[in-house]
Amino acid sequence: MSVYDTIIIGGGIMGCSTALHLARAAPRMKIALLERGLCGAQASGVNFGNVRSNGRPVSQMPLSLRSREIWSRITELLGVDCEYERTGALKIAFRDEDLAVLEGHVRDARDGFGLAVEMLGSAGLRQLFPWIASGAVGARHSLDDGVANPRLVAAAFGAATRRHGVDVRENFAVASVSHSGAAFSVVGEGGAALVARSLVNCAGAWGNLVASSFGEAVPMQALGPQMGVTEPLPFFILPSTSTVNSPIYFRQVRRGNIVFGGGPRAEVRPDLVRHYSLPENTARHAALLRSVAPALKSARVIRAWSGIEGYLPDSLPILGPSATTPGLVHGFGFCGSGFQLGPGVGAVLAELVLGGATTTPIAAFDIRRFAPAAAQETRA
Amino acid sequence: MTTIVIVGAGPAGVRAAECLVAAGCRPIILDENDRSGGQIYRRQPPGFVRSAQTLYGTEAAKAEALHRSFDTLAGKVDYRPGTIAWGLHAGVIHTVKAGRVDRIAFDRLILATGATDRIMPVAGWTRPGVFSMGGAQIALKFQGCVPGRRPALVGTGPLLYLLANQYLKAGVTPAGVFDTTPFRRQLRLVGGLAWDPRTLLIGLRYRLELVRWGVPVRCGIDPLAIEGDPAVTGFVYAKSGKRHVIACDGVALGHGLRSETQLAELAGVSFAFDRRTRQWLPQRDEEGRTPLGTVYLAGDGAGIGGADVAEIEGKLAAWALLHDLNAAVDDGERTRALRQLRRAARFRAALDAGFPWPHDIAARLDDGVVVCRCETLTAGELRRVAAEGAPDLGRAKALSRIGMGRCQGRYCGSACAEILSAALGCDIADVGRLRPQAPTKPLHVDDVEASL
Ligand SMILES: Cc1cc2nc3c(=O)[nH]c(=O)nc-3n(C[C@H](O)[C@H](O)[C@H](O)COP(=O)(O)OP(=O)(O)OC[C@H]3O[C@@H](n4cnc5c(N)ncnc54)[C@H](O)[C@@H]3O)c2cc1C
Ligand SMILES: Cc1cc2nc3c(=O)[nH]c(=O)nc-3n(C[C@H](O)[C@H](O)[C@H](O)COP(=O)(O)OP(=O)(O)OC[C@H]3O[C@@H](n4cnc5c(N)ncnc54)[C@H](O)[C@@H]3O)c2cc1C
Repeated sequence: MSVYDTIIIGGGIMGCSTALHLARAAPRMKIALLERGLCGAQASGVNFGNVRSNGRPVSQMPLSLRSREIWSRITELLGVDCEYERTGALKIAFRDEDLAVLEGHVRDARDGFGLAVEMLGSAGLRQLFPWIASGAVGARHSLDDGVANPRLVAAAFGAATRRHGVDVRENFAVASVSHSGAAFSVVGEGGAALVARSLVNCAGAWGNLVASSFGEAVPMQALGPQMGVTEPLPFFILPSTSTVNSPIYFRQVRRGNIVFGGGPRAEVRPDLVRHYSLPENTARHAALLRSVAPALKSARVIRAWSGIEGYLPDSLPILGPSATTPGLVHGFGFCGSGFQLGPGVGAVLAELVLGGATTTPIAAFDIRRFAPAAAQETRA
Repeated sequence: MTTIVIVGAGPAGVRAAECLVAAGCRPIILDENDRSGGQIYRRQPPGFVRSAQTLYGTEAAKAEALHRSFDTLAGKVDYRPGTIAWGLHAGVIHTVKAGRVDRIAFDRLILATGATDRIMPVAGWTRPGVFSMGGAQIALKFQGCVPGRRPALVGTGPLLYLLANQYLKAGVTPAGVFDTTPFRRQLRLVGGLAWDPRTLLIGLRYRLELVRWGVPVRCGIDPLAIEGDPAVTGFVYAKSGKRHVIACDGVALGHGLRSETQLAELAGVSFAFDRRTRQWLPQRDEEGRTPLGTVYLAGDGAGIGGADVAEIEGKLAAWALLHDLNAAVDDGERTRALRQLRRAARFRAALDAGFPWPHDIAARLDDGVVVCRCETLTAGELRRVAAEGAPDLGRAKALSRIGMGRCQGRYCGSACAEILSAALGCDIADVGRLRPQAPTKPLHVDDVEASL
């Protein structure tokens, strides 16, 4: 039986970032990271690649800003270029009534959190981004949002974790977890057993397997956001772009391909680790692309894909200590927007493991918010 | 009414349709081509008037029979030529035809999607003037075009000798036939003689014809480079340790065929690695049933068997489908077809042994050779990510972009797998495969928009 100080379940961006921050803060700590397949092969490696703070709920802003600071030195942290770039981001309104919503966002982000974000009117928009369809009445333009290549980021997090001496065990599927006395024991599907003083649940859309083992399952639903990509075109779209009222977002990578995504999210099979891109979504997205950027009319879609992501009813993640079991911390269910948060979440979870507290406000993500009312009262 | 869809109007799809119609069904037939016939019995465009004998040579009678069969189905099938099946999910097939997308909910589906070329790259294979073997043959069959006046035929497989003969007939003398398989090895084909003497004799005649016309035939060669400035000017190879250069102004390159399996994969059919051909193939029973229950496979799309096998499999799949729908099937015919199939399988085994996919070349390719042409990625790049930590093709794709272009690895996948497994020193099956995604072929944004 192998004995560790900490075991992290899940080798996505959350688990790897946690392991990396722990290993840097406490080099002598014995850490195991367990991943069913390859690190970063699930949501963290297949997402759209938005590294965006703007437009998030206010409760997520401190965490997002902490992450943003880490993103700014991501190349140095990971030791590889992951195509992180502050391209800026646009959220376009095509109806006057949508402008007020965007203006509200701008005020919150700029005045509340000091982000570089501005409103553009239709004239300004046309001047800066002439490829946008006529009919756009304005947009939120956030200058320091950006993008990164998730395929590279997720794999690089795994590699960096290993370089920092973490015992990264890929192709290790956790079958069961339990807690007795002072230790957690984790058993793999192959029968291997590991023991540790603390346990970190970064199992993504599968996070309930761990949470329910400790009597605190949450009402999480696994779904598959729908992505697609076109053949390369000459580069002409810098910002990552979305609109207020249509389910499409897209960006152009430096190589020229247009990567796009949108709804509705599809059914997935977390039990089989399978996700599906629905052809009707690809068709709908292609049509919407053209309605926002008419020049994309001549583009050709070459591939569509999806991933498995955990969504909670209030669209906020589960992040913080377990309510039932000391030594257990959770960081899962990131509701379609965890890629940007990943580096910061790792820093927070590492603090929680090491000292039981974090400097970043995370009360809104407490797992107890889904506990039955009676249980919440007893605790209060 | 039961909706039955057949994808592919080649030998397999046509025979399947015929059996279904005979049983009173009216299948929908989708085919990307504008005319029926599939690859081998491809029909020429309207206005072209070459005879069947000219187009199909020894196979003219079979081609004419297949075309006739299909033509008599007119009105009894819902034939949709020029239609690509680009997506498939949850019992619905998504199509695009002449700028409009559409969808068909099916109860039963027969995939008869055929094959495409399998290619082992060689330095310079992306030069103008280099065609895939099948592509070169399509150009000839469809519109009477030849890549250059003195093309070299490079690769391995029966198609090499067939195409060289077709060129001779078309009045073009090839610069030579350069086969990666040693002649000794090809002699194993003789073992298959008992199972299909006719085909073997045709093969022999092709060789003699090349000798008669003085076309050099070199077997057991190691391809080194296709030279050019930039269009093709020559082909360089090694044989018995000596380097040779042959002048040519075009190259047809191909090392056998690979099954077109994307739709089977999207349908959710499970795949297994076939050691003999070193390809991942969809799983089915002898009659073409898949474990999905609603999807049947026939012809080269399920494993390369050749045109005669495709016809038999098309019938078997249709009968299996009818049987599963509780319709009556003539058991005598079915048994006869199964017998023919088993006999053909033995010939196919000999053919595969006689013209093996030259996988060993992969390990020797120079780092600078382009492997994935959609993304212009080299063998060296693939080896770099292997060293960096890509234990399988999926991760190699994530790190390097191989297979991320418009063909999704349909053309380079076989070679990439070999290069990766050689670099890692692991079993070829362990590197897995590139999973295809919809759309199976690039989908125009404006096509889609117009139809919503
Ligand atoms: C298609 C898509 C697009 C998205 N776009 C964006 C975007 O643009 N911007 C953004 O900020 N966010 C985006 N997201 C969300 C973001 O990708 C996720 O929130 C984030 O990656 C979650 O990271 P994770 O580590 O929690 O999950 P994952 O990356 O899924 O990692 C969890 C890991 O745990 C492993 N695991 C689970 N159970 C077990 C077990 N029993 N034993 C061993 N290992 C186990 C899994 O194999 C998996 O690798 C998107 C998500 C998807 C799916
Ligand atoms: C280029 C080429 C040339 C060949 N030449 C010869 C030859 O000369 N002699 C010989 O013996 N064998 C030849 N072969 C092998 C030959 O293809 C087969 O033995 C035979 O044609 C197999 O019949 P099939 O019905 O299985 O498939 P095919 O005849 O290949 O028919 C499959 C059909 O499905 C269609 N299709 C596939 N995917 C889709 C989709 N997503 N949407 C819509 N339609 C689709 C294709 O357009 C095609 O018409 C050749 C193969 C290739 C690839």
